Amino acid sequence: MNWFQNWMLPKAAATHAGDVDGLYMFIVYLTIFFFFFNGALILYAVRKWRRRSAKEVTPHITHNTKMELIWSIIPLFVVMGIFFWGFKGYVKAWVPPNDSMEIVVTAKKWVWQFEYPDGTRTLNDLHVPLNKPVKLVMHSEDVIHSFFVPSFRLKRDVIPGRYTELWFTPTEPGVQQVFCAEYCGKGHSDMLARIFVDTPEQYETFLREGDEQVRKMPLKDLGKLVYENKGCATCHSLDGTRGQGPSWKGIWGETGKGADGKPYTVDANYIRQSVLQPQAVVVQGFEPIMPTFQGLLREREILGVIEFIKSVK
Amino acid sequence: MADTLTTHGNGHAAHHGDYLDDPKGLASWLTTVDHKRIGLMYMWSVFFFFLVGGIFALLVRIELLTPKQTIMTAEMYNRVFTLHGAIMVFLVIIPAIPAALGNFALPLLLGAKDVAFPKLNLASLYVYWTGALMAVTTLALGGVDTGWTFYTPYSSTTGGGVTLMVLAAFVLGFSSIFTGVNFIATIHKLRAPGMGWFEMPLFCWGMYSTALIQILATPVLAITLLLLCMERVLSIGIFDPQLGGDPVLFQHFFWFYSHPAVYIMILPAFAVISEVIPTFSKKTIFGYKAIAFSSVAIALLGFLVWAHHMFTAGMSLFAGAIFSFITFFIAIPSAIKVFNWIATMWRGSISLEAPMLHAISFLLIFTIGGLTGLFLAALSTDVHLHDTYFVVSHFHYVMAGSNLIAFLAGIHYWWPKMFGRMYNKRLAAIGAALVFLGFNATFLPQFVLGSRGMPRRYYNYLPEFQSLHVASTIGSWILASGLFLIGAYLLASLRQPKSMVANPWGGRTLEWETDSPPTTHNFEGQPVLQHGPYDYRANPAPVGVEEHIH
Repeated sequence: MNWFQNWMLPKAAATHAGDVDGLYMFIVYLTIFFFFFNGALILYAVRKWRRRSAKEVTPHITHNTKMELIWSIIPLFVVMGIFFWGFKGYVKAWVPPNDSMEIVVTAKKWVWQFEYPDGTRTLNDLHVPLNKPVKLVMHSEDVIHSFFVPSFRLKRDVIPGRYTELWFTPTEPGVQQVFCAEYCGKGHSDMLARIFVDTPEQYETFLREGDEQVRKMPLKDLGKLVYENKGCATCHSLDGTRGQGPSWKGIWGETGKGADGKPYTVDANYIRQSVLQPQAVVVQGFEPIMPTFQGLLREREILGVIEFIKSVK
Repeated sequence: MADTLTTHGNGHAAHHGDYLDDPKGLASWLTTVDHKRIGLMYMWSVFFFFLVGGIFALLVRIELLTPKQTIMTAEMYNRVFTLHGAIMVFLVIIPAIPAALGNFALPLLLGAKDVAFPKLNLASLYVYWTGALMAVTTLALGGVDTGWTFYTPYSSTTGGGVTLMVLAAFVLGFSSIFTGVNFIATIHKLRAPGMGWFEMPLFCWGMYSTALIQILATPVLAITLLLLCMERVLSIGIFDPQLGGDPVLFQHFFWFYSHPAVYIMILPAFAVISEVIPTFSKKTIFGYKAIAFSSVAIALLGFLVWAHHMFTAGMSLFAGAIFSFITFFIAIPSAIKVFNWIATMWRGSISLEAPMLHAISFLLIFTIGGLTGLFLAALSTDVHLHDTYFVVSHFHYVMAGSNLIAFLAGIHYWWPKMFGRMYNKRLAAIGAALVFLGFNATFLPQFVLGSRGMPRRYYNYLPEFQSLHVASTIGSWILASGLFLIGAYLLASLRQPKSMVANPWGGRTLEWETDSPPTTHNFEGQPVLQHGPYDYRANPAPVGVEEHIH
């Protein structure tokens, strides 16, 4: 029945996912069993005792204490078992080991920001070492979000005004999907992040130099990746549609007026300034709502964005 | 339909006008205090809003055919799913059985002339219409994009018509309380002579338990919603952390009402099923007291489990454990009921009329709905499944599937009593089958979607989820075609002359002892109870049955 579990659940990729899966599959089989059990009883009754004439007389059975006790007590034991099973898994997932690495997570409409112990910061991409316990200390800057990693079987709300925690030990190298699971408005379903589970060497390299792709990709492609993964796409369209911010279509080399009436030209310096100090020049007709990406983008990524904007025509 | 063209039940209809025609005229309906007319007006209102909410549901499913934009923008989608949820919960599911069927049937089942407070009953209908009008007006104000749960601080900071929508829910709460108060007083005071508490039909126990929750829990929702309005308008800082409030407090308040409200939605379904199964099995109900007490037990336990909606919200470990533990106890009375209903069918004389077909659908769908609750009551599995499509599917099984299919069972059961006409039974059987198949085709894939990680309230989704979404959308069309078919033949039946016998199903409760449709005052004189509600020993073939079944 492994295919069935693999169809129902994503591949488990953290230490305590196994506990959850065992209980999950147990209840799946219990549900299937009782559905067919009840279904069979009903089908049998309907076939065997289908009304044949209006004069049929039925036995007057009001109750049967012994049977009623049996069908109350057995389910009681079953559900108590399920309670303890679920409780055990929850406790395990609750208390992080003392040696876990702490990463601070900040959620806002509609990006995830991660801050590592050494001060490195990333957006929407979280790098963690394989087989090491990681503790996320999470808070939100606006509404409630929820950090959900299906392959870890973990989820915890991220709430403004308080810290919540979530910990895991990743057991599978590779990339894991993160969703925002608490409805947070227009960009809710695009508030995605990825967890890169690295070998220790890969993780060290990441902290020193950033992602492999940041180092090796052609600038234009890197810019496109930044656009898609770091939240630019939530506000800036590529097809001329007006979003929260100006569309990037054909803006390279354009001149326009700022909110203060002063003219500006879209060149490399303007883009760099807009990324790092977005409030310096706000395009007329738009709200000054763009967050700064100071410390969030590496130098090469900013160059990539500039190259990418050049290419959006 | 030749079998329905028989004599009037007890011959009185020839001398007294029935409640549908006496008195005549729109004004007489709008000012009526007759519980039967109020029940029908509720029923038509519920049908109307079910259509509106259903159209929104179909739009949601069409949008989700593809991973990116299909027919609407993200903002539009958020408003559509919010309205779908708010309309279905507040205007359809909560009032469907108690306010429509309960109003019509409860006094008849008790052998009473009317409810205890007839004018309050009419007021509750007008309050309902006022709330409904307010909810619909929000559409003109740009809609609401919060989801029907109005979680703060999103709901206290987003634009649109949230304040008005929240006030609409507040007003609708009063309608619910009025009905609850009325039913409790009616059941206590107006039972026919000879009818002790345990001679009441089980429908009345279901209504009684529902009414208890309505009057105890609804005020909490009312206060919560008022606080939310004050937060939006006056920035009082109860829920928004920027103003010093606590956003999770809203969830505690909200679910303290809304979890019991889940039982406002499901207990009435149990109530209907407990009538339909004995009648169409022609056999006394198995475990009367177990069913009656388990309804009350569910109503009371329902107040102790609200925070199981918040296991991932950062409550303490201890709180999570307590709420999980208590939640599991609700499984027991639910299981008892299902086994009781099946035992009632055992060795019966089962007739598969439309109400019974829906009741069997209900048994199967409620089995899935109930058992999938175990995943969400258990702490570790809930953490994975919370806020995913698994939850969407689970609550559609217990709320939409169980409640609305029981509502359909009740509508088909009492339709000949309400209107004195019978619908086309062949179409009714096809309708019941389409609803059952369509419902499962829509929602079974969503269990898998959810456990594979698809979060709820997503406008865009990853391409790997598409095939299951497509299956679900196709299911929604099958379901809709079944519902449209049912609507069509029910309306068509009203064009026939009133020719129904008093007791077309051979039921043993009091409503079958008066004409179909009943006279304005329900009964000729005061009915006195001669036998229990499901007693098929004496007079095994009540009036009209002989001619009816061949």
